[in-house]
Amino acid sequence: MQEFLQQLVNGITWGSVYALIALGYTMVYGILRLINFAHGDIFMLGAFIAYYAAGWFGVQAHPSALGALLVLVTAMTGAGIAGFIIERFAYRPVRKSSRLTALITAIGVSLLLENGGLLVFGTDPRFFPQVATVTKISLGGGVTVTNIQLIILAVSVLLMLALRWIVMSTKVGKAMRAVSFNRDAATLMGIDTDKIISFTFVLGAVLAAAAGVLVGLMNPKIDPLMGIMPGLKAFVAAVVGGIGNIPGAVLGGLIMGVSEVLVVGYISSTYRDAIAFVLLIAILLFRPSGLLGKHQAEKV
Amino acid sequence: MARALKTLGILVALIAVNVLLPKLIPNSYFLRVIMLCGINVILAVSLNLVNGFTGQFSIGHAGFMAIGAYTAAVVTMKVLPGATLAMAAAGVPPIFAHGAALLVATLAGGSLAAVAGLAVGLPSLRLRGDYLAIVTLGFGEIIRVVILNVDAIGGARGLSGVPAYTNFFWVALWVVVVVGVSYNLLASTHGRAMLAIREDEIAAESLGVPTTRYKVLAFVVSAFFAGVAGALYAHYDSYLNPASFTFLRSIEIIAMIVLGGMGSVSGAIMAAVALTVLPEALRGVKEYRMVIYAMLLIVLMITRPSGIMGTRELKLPWFRKKVAA
Repeated sequence: MQEFLQQLVNGITWGSVYALIALGYTMVYGILRLINFAHGDIFMLGAFIAYYAAGWFGVQAHPSALGALLVLVTAMTGAGIAGFIIERFAYRPVRKSSRLTALITAIGVSLLLENGGLLVFGTDPRFFPQVATVTKISLGGGVTVTNIQLIILAVSVLLMLALRWIVMSTKVGKAMRAVSFNRDAATLMGIDTDKIISFTFVLGAVLAAAAGVLVGLMNPKIDPLMGIMPGLKAFVAAVVGGIGNIPGAVLGGLIMGVSEVLVVGYISSTYRDAIAFVLLIAILLFRPSGLLGKHQAEKV
Repeated sequence: MARALKTLGILVALIAVNVLLPKLIPNSYFLRVIMLCGINVILAVSLNLVNGFTGQFSIGHAGFMAIGAYTAAVVTMKVLPGATLAMAAAGVPPIFAHGAALLVATLAGGSLAAVAGLAVGLPSLRLRGDYLAIVTLGFGEIIRVVILNVDAIGGARGLSGVPAYTNFFWVALWVVVVVGVSYNLLASTHGRAMLAIREDEIAAESLGVPTTRYKVLAFVVSAFFAGVAGALYAHYDSYLNPASFTFLRSIEIIAMIVLGGMGSVSGAIMAAVALTVLPEALRGVKEYRMVIYAMLLIVLMITRPSGIMGTRELKLPWFRKKVAA
């Protein structure tokens, strides 16, 4: 029981990171019906920007809470700019083409970021600066949580609340929901859809970058291809939750994280990468539009 | 009669090219690129059956390829060596013995991949669009992880020592078969039904097209040829590694058919050749080559969104006769 609870704590930590990445997938899908394959690479980009920022700001030499926050904000800003550029110059020109064309473009961007990363950052893994020394905090019953895990949970929950506030309570969030509901009608209502789509990409990229920094804290080895698997699994998480559905992405992310950690703990770490997909197929067979997704009747 | 003659003519031509090719192109590197082009053409044209003709979206083609590759390798390495040796002892020239072994292995690989295609095709009855896509992707990844965990076929070390039976003749023969099947399908009732499903599934269903059956059929046939391509690949490189069958491999194949124009067989062939040659041609600029490849992909999609051919076909007189017949 104690071991199970411990795994659960670790799983929820991983899950909250997956959830942060999955949010970007689900928002972009909700608005453009585009699987943004480059999203996992934005996550990688976030980790690398943080790595360099920690060097520039001297956080690596003198760790401090303020410095860590500065690094996080820099990474989020940098990735946000990258997200804006990618949307403007790669996705917008193909928006009117078929969805497959857009998908291949997304894959092209993904390959570009990965191979560009290998070129710029090098193929050797870098060691992410540790802003805090790891200390274990007991939760009673032998279950412990590290301060890093607490930071990760706190930052992710704060970001998710912020996202909820933006989407549900601001004017731009209202516009996002309108564009997602029906883009043409939203345009007719005077919403600048281009601007809203850009904003959605930036928002998703910002969250992915934050996830990248958080993963860097947990697993200090970062390399240019680190975004492929988490990106794919976060996408699966978004689909499991019901793609296009924001609470669904969080739920899917948590399920993904917990089940993965349980598989590693109780079965074998080599099956870690398969569980996400087994779960996905099992859930989609019974709920074809994901756990929280609405089943849409086809109109003739 | 005319048909038998044509088949015979193709066979003789392929054998002639097989014999002449190493003399015309003495560079083994060029030969290798030609072989890889052939294998990729089989993959692209077979995926085109599902994605291009039937309008379903599969991104797990590498999974079927992996099944075919590993099955065929196991067949030639574990099941057939006795039979091959016996044929050699009976005085059968090795080229025939090896060819026969490869043919059996290829068919076995293709068949098992087709069974897997059935297994993936059936759940697709409930799933549409992106959900189907992600399930096929997941399926491909599961196959890879399972192979990674089976130690009997090498696991993460990979499977080495697969006999190198594949030569130009076999690759070209299967290219001809898959292209022939595609073109004939296109002109048949079955092919028309698939196109109808692509254009409008509901309309097709209301006109009496058994959409489920045709969707599954497309998956099975496409998986069979992917398995064949895998088998040929296994016996060409003599070494298999699960890392060659990641979802990036599936993506490469999709890039070929999208670039060629979804639904166009000749487009798929051209794009498969182009996307195989391009990274090789860029080897001169070593570290920049994948970056350039990615950028070209993006630029091509922006400037030519419906692919090289759209849904049109390159109509050589020979093909025109075929389609008209």
